[in-house]
Amino acid sequence: MLDYVISKYNFWIYIILMMIGLYAMIGKKNLIKKLIGMNIFQSAIILFYVSIGVKAGATVPILSGHGHGHEAIDAASYINPLPHVLMLTAIVVSIATTGIALATLILIYRKYNTLEEDEILKIRKETGA
Amino acid sequence: MADQFAALIIVVPLIASIFVPVIGWWKKRLCYPWVVAVLVIPLISSLSVLNTVMTTGKFSYRLGGWAPPWGIEYMLDHLSAFVLVIVSSISLIVAIYSKKSVEDNLPEKTVPFYTLFLLLVTGLMGIVITGDVFNLFVFLEISALSCYALIAIGEEGAPMATFNYIIIGTIGACFYLLGIGYLYIATGSLNMADLANILPDLYHSKVILVAFAFFTVGLAIKAGLFPMHVWLPDAYCAAPSAVSALIAPLMTKVAAYVMIRIMFTVFQPHFSVEIVPVFVILGWLSVFAIFWGGIKALAQTDLKRMLVYIVVAEVGYIVIGVSVANRMGLTGAILHIMNDAVMMACLFLVVGAVLYKTGTRDIHQLRHLNKKMPFTMAAFTITALSMVGIPPACGFFSKWYLILGTIEAGQWVWAAALLCSSLINAVLFFRVIECAYLKPMEPAYAHNGGETTHEEIQRDEAPLTMLVPIVIMAAGVILLGIFSGKIISSVIQFAVPASF
Repeated sequence: MLDYVISKYNFWIYIILMMIGLYAMIGKKNLIKKLIGMNIFQSAIILFYVSIGVKAGATVPILSGHGHGHEAIDAASYINPLPHVLMLTAIVVSIATTGIALATLILIYRKYNTLEEDEILKIRKETGA
Repeated sequence: MADQFAALIIVVPLIASIFVPVIGWWKKRLCYPWVVAVLVIPLISSLSVLNTVMTTGKFSYRLGGWAPPWGIEYMLDHLSAFVLVIVSSISLIVAIYSKKSVEDNLPEKTVPFYTLFLLLVTGLMGIVITGDVFNLFVFLEISALSCYALIAIGEEGAPMATFNYIIIGTIGACFYLLGIGYLYIATGSLNMADLANILPDLYHSKVILVAFAFFTVGLAIKAGLFPMHVWLPDAYCAAPSAVSALIAPLMTKVAAYVMIRIMFTVFQPHFSVEIVPVFVILGWLSVFAIFWGGIKALAQTDLKRMLVYIVVAEVGYIVIGVSVANRMGLTGAILHIMNDAVMMACLFLVVGAVLYKTGTRDIHQLRHLNKKMPFTMAAFTITALSMVGIPPACGFFSKWYLILGTIEAGQWVWAAALLCSSLINAVLFFRVIECAYLKPMEPAYAHNGGETTHEEIQRDEAPLTMLVPIVIMAAGVILLGIFSGKIISSVIQFAVPASF
C-alpha cells in the first residue's frame, strides 16, 4: 500500500493540494481566503501537468547535435515539453483570473467596507439590495 | 481570400479589440461604429463558411499551416458552422443595440466595455470553431474572463455576483482542464479528430472514465445546469442590459455546444450512451432544472430576474435533447440552441429597452406599455408566444422535436416535464402581457389625481438603435419557425452524428 502511494506520489500531492483549495473556496467565509483557495486549486492542476511530462532518467528537451534532421531522436531520453508549454498558457489564465478577482474584491470592499461573506450578506439583507 | 474566412472569424474581432482603446483615446464616440463595422466581418465569414460546408461538406483549417495532431486545427462542420452563424449574428445585433444602453448606463466606461465586448465575442466564436481541446480551454477562459469584467461593471450587487461567478466558473474551467490532462496521459493527443480515432480502444480504461466525468461536471457548471447553476441568476441579473443580452443567449448555449462536441465527436456516441450512464443523470437533472427554473421564475416580480431563471430552465431543454441520445432529440437540442438564442436575445433586448425608457423592471409597473412602446411590446408578445410553444413561432418546432425524442427514448417523465414547462411559460408570460396590455390604472393612483387617468398616454417608443434589433429578432422568431423544416433538412440533419 505504502509503495503504491509513494510510487505515484505526484498524483497524491496534486489531489491533496486540490482538495485544500476546494475546501478553502467552499468552506472559508473570508473572500480573500476563497481567492487564495482558488489559486491553490489552479496551482495544483499546474503541478499535475508539469509532473506528467517527467520521464525517469530523461533530460531537458533541448536538442543539440540533431540540427540536421538526419539522426533519429530518442524520445525516451527527453522530458515531454508539451504539458509544460500548455501550463504556460494556464498560468497566464490563472494570473488574469486572480487579477480580475482582486479588482472585484476592491469594488466589494469599497461598497461594504468588509470582506467577510456573512457580514456582506447581512448588510445586503438590511439594505434590501 | 475565401479560404481564409475561417481564420478571419477569430482574428478580426481579436485584433479589433486591441484597437478599441486606441480609437477611444482619439475619439470616444467612434468606438461604437468601429465595433459594429468589425462584427460584420465575422458574420459574413461565418455565412460563407456555412455555405462552403453545405456545398462541399466539412473541412478543416490549419492554423499557420501546421498539420493536425501537432498544429491547431479549426474544424468546420455542419454543427460548428451553424453555431458560428448564430453567435456572430446575435453579437452583431446586440452590438447595434448597445449604443443607447451604454451611453445611458456606463457613460465613462464605453471604451473598456467595447474592448471586452469584442474579446467576449472572440472567445465564444473560438470555442465553437476550434478542433483542439486545449485551444478550446483557452477560448473558454478568454470568454469567461471578459464576461467576469463585463458583469462587474453592472448595477448594485454586481461585484459580489461576479466574485461568486469567478470562483465557480474557475472550478468549472479547471475541471475541464483536468479532463484534458487525463485524456493527454492516456492518448498523447489534444486534437479532437485524432482523439476520436485513438479513444475507442481505451474506452474501458479508468483514466478515460475519469476524464469524461471531469468534462461532464466542468461543462455542466459552465452551462449552468441544475444544480450547478447557483452563480447564474445573480450574475446575469446584475450585468448591464447590453451585456446580459449578449451573455444570456450565448454563454450557456455555447457551453451546451461544447457538451455535444465532447460527447459525440471526441467520444463516440456509444461510449456516452452505453459505457457510462451519464445521460440518465443529466436527463433527470434537466427535469429538475426545468421545474426549478420555472417555479423560481414564477416567484419573481422583477422582469429580468424572471427571464434569468427561464435561462436556467432552457438549459434543461437542451440537455434533455442531448440526454435522450437519439436523432430526434439531438435535432431538437441543436435546433433549440438556435431558437433559444434568438428568443432570449429578443427578450433581454426588450427588457433593456423597457428599463431604458421607463427606468423599471418591475412587472407591475408595466401598465399601458402597449400604448407607450407598441413595437417593443409586440416583439415581446411574439417571443413570449414562441417561448410557450405556439406555431408558427420557432419555439414550437424545437419543443416538438425534443418531445418526439423523449417519446422515442421511452422517457415519459421527461416528455411530461417538457409539456409542463410550456404551461409554466404560458403562466409566466401571460402574467407579464396582462400587466402590460390589460391592467387598468392602479386605483390608488386614480383617486389621488383623477384627471391623470384620463390623460392620453403618450407614445414613447425606444430609440431606433434599440428598436431595429428588437424588431429584427422578433421577425427572426417567426421566420426561423416557418423555415425550420428547411434548416433541419439542409444543416441540422448533417450535424447529428451519423450513427444515430
